[in-house]
Amino acid sequence: MKAVYKKPEVLKNPCFHFCPGCHHGTVHKLVAEAIDSLNLKDSALAVIGVGCGVFLYDYLDVDSLEAPHGRGLAVATGVKRVRPERIVFTYQGDGDLASIGMAESVHAANRGENVTVIFVNNTIYGMTGGQMAPTTLLGQVTTTSPYGREFHRDGYPIRMAEMLATLEGVALSARVSVCTPKYLFDAKKIIKKAFEMQLDNMGFTFVEVLSSCPTNWNMSSMDALNRVKEEMIPFFPLGVFKERKMPDVL
Amino acid sequence: MNKLFSRGSDALAMAAIDSGLKFYAGYPITPQNDIPEFLSRELPKVGGTFVQAESEVASINMLLGASSCGFRVMTSSSSPGISLMQEGISYLAGSELPAVIVNVSRWGPGLGGIGASQGDYHQATKGGGHGDYFIPVFAPYSVQEMYDLTVKAFDVADKYRTPALILADVMISLMRETLIRRYPEGIKPPEKSWAFGERKGERQKIIKSLYLKGNELEVHNWKLHKKFEEMKKNEILFDKYLCDDADIIIVAFGMVARVARSTIELARENGLKLGLFRPISLVPYPEEELFSLTKTCKNFFVIEMNTGQMLYDVMRILGRNVNIRFYGKPSSYVPTPDDLFNKAKELFNI
Repeated sequence: MKAVYKKPEVLKNPCFHFCPGCHHGTVHKLVAEAIDSLNLKDSALAVIGVGCGVFLYDYLDVDSLEAPHGRGLAVATGVKRVRPERIVFTYQGDGDLASIGMAESVHAANRGENVTVIFVNNTIYGMTGGQMAPTTLLGQVTTTSPYGREFHRDGYPIRMAEMLATLEGVALSARVSVCTPKYLFDAKKIIKKAFEMQLDNMGFTFVEVLSSCPTNWNMSSMDALNRVKEEMIPFFPLGVFKERKMPDVL
Repeated sequence: MNKLFSRGSDALAMAAIDSGLKFYAGYPITPQNDIPEFLSRELPKVGGTFVQAESEVASINMLLGASSCGFRVMTSSSSPGISLMQEGISYLAGSELPAVIVNVSRWGPGLGGIGASQGDYHQATKGGGHGDYFIPVFAPYSVQEMYDLTVKAFDVADKYRTPALILADVMISLMRETLIRRYPEGIKPPEKSWAFGERKGERQKIIKSLYLKGNELEVHNWKLHKKFEEMKKNEILFDKYLCDDADIIIVAFGMVARVARSTIELARENGLKLGLFRPISLVPYPEEELFSLTKTCKNFFVIEMNTGQMLYDVMRILGRNVNIRFYGKPSSYVPTPDDLFNKAKELFNI
């Protein structure tokens, strides 16, 4: 009999601690599939940010380094500069990458560090219990924006993929979603492409994955899935905002 | 071995290169810029990597990444920058990652000033970052010690898998003196089996400081503490100068100790028997060695370029049965040998 589907080999423990309906587990699996398909199990090195994704090392059988909150891309810079043969990726949430770690993220991108970023954007601080994030949509109710995010007081949600696409050092900047089967297959391709581009020394590769957080959005799994489609994608459009075709030679 | 006439900052940077420094990251701040300037020029020549980071926060975290790969790493900064690094130092300690951090200290609080200072003694020795940890701290007082203690700091950092701090000051850093470059051929850094290298089918390695399950955090913290106890047994460094017959023993570190040596000579020419006790390792502190001086001397004169920080340690160690006097100079003007001699006479009613 021909196997049409199997669990990625590098996914050592698929019993995730994530809440029902959360997309982290799906994103973990997509990363695992990319690592499997490119045979990167020995060379992949995960730099893990603080947030719900911090236990990635419990699920993926790859060498893993925990970074302080927000500092993932500074840590990844240190790793990649001394071990360029390792395929280095960070796994960071929106609070981690786009708020406390904005400086580290922008400057690593601008230096064109040859690392891959998996940026999980769920418009909220998940692990700490649903506070407002830099990506929280206008009007969105969170535990620290109980009347809804209001731009005079709270500013606007940040579109990271578009912003990073303006930097010369960035080789790939894309936004994907896993909320429909089609989008999921697109996401799988882009994540794999990001790792391939790192293998080709193309520079900084950035994949933003829109993700649901039913628990902190106070929604059922299905409603949360629909929110990604109906509320998030209109503000955070999917697509490839920058893709370099050649290694970084100016 | 070769003999040079060198600046303190260059001596420190040469020692780092001779120790096999692979990765340096730093951010500009006065008065330590000579170190990154030297290394940006010299480190690439020996196959190392120099990165000018976007901040001290990024610098220390780049060190965390490079250190996890088993290489020798260093950063340097000055007081406000070291404050920004405290988060990273705490993570390095918690993750048990070796690194050397150099503080060419200046004034605070806040922007303070850019002159010579010892205002960071508490931060350096009591841990500026969160959590229950100590890191070894060495205080050079000569150009030669800028070299020797840097070599030592790399060794201690690797031996105990801990960040180590050099607490220097601008006077020692910019002073020129004779330097014996002891290891011009370089030192071979140790192999580190715990670090990320080539995986080659080995078990997954995880380097982390998060411990949530059961009592694993307690076990981890006692492990860190045990390393500190080992350092106390093996890594204490101090210097004694004319203490045996001294009526008053000066206790000072870094540049103040350097001035104090001249004060002692001046005082002895004038019939006053002063001596000097100088802790070189501020952590672990030479407690027993200092206390043992109370057998022959009851007068101790603590001098610091701050309002009294090491003073707390000296009071704790010596107790109340001896006579302790303090002179502090919380300014950029380094006291002269005459100043200290006159202060000794004034404070001890001589």
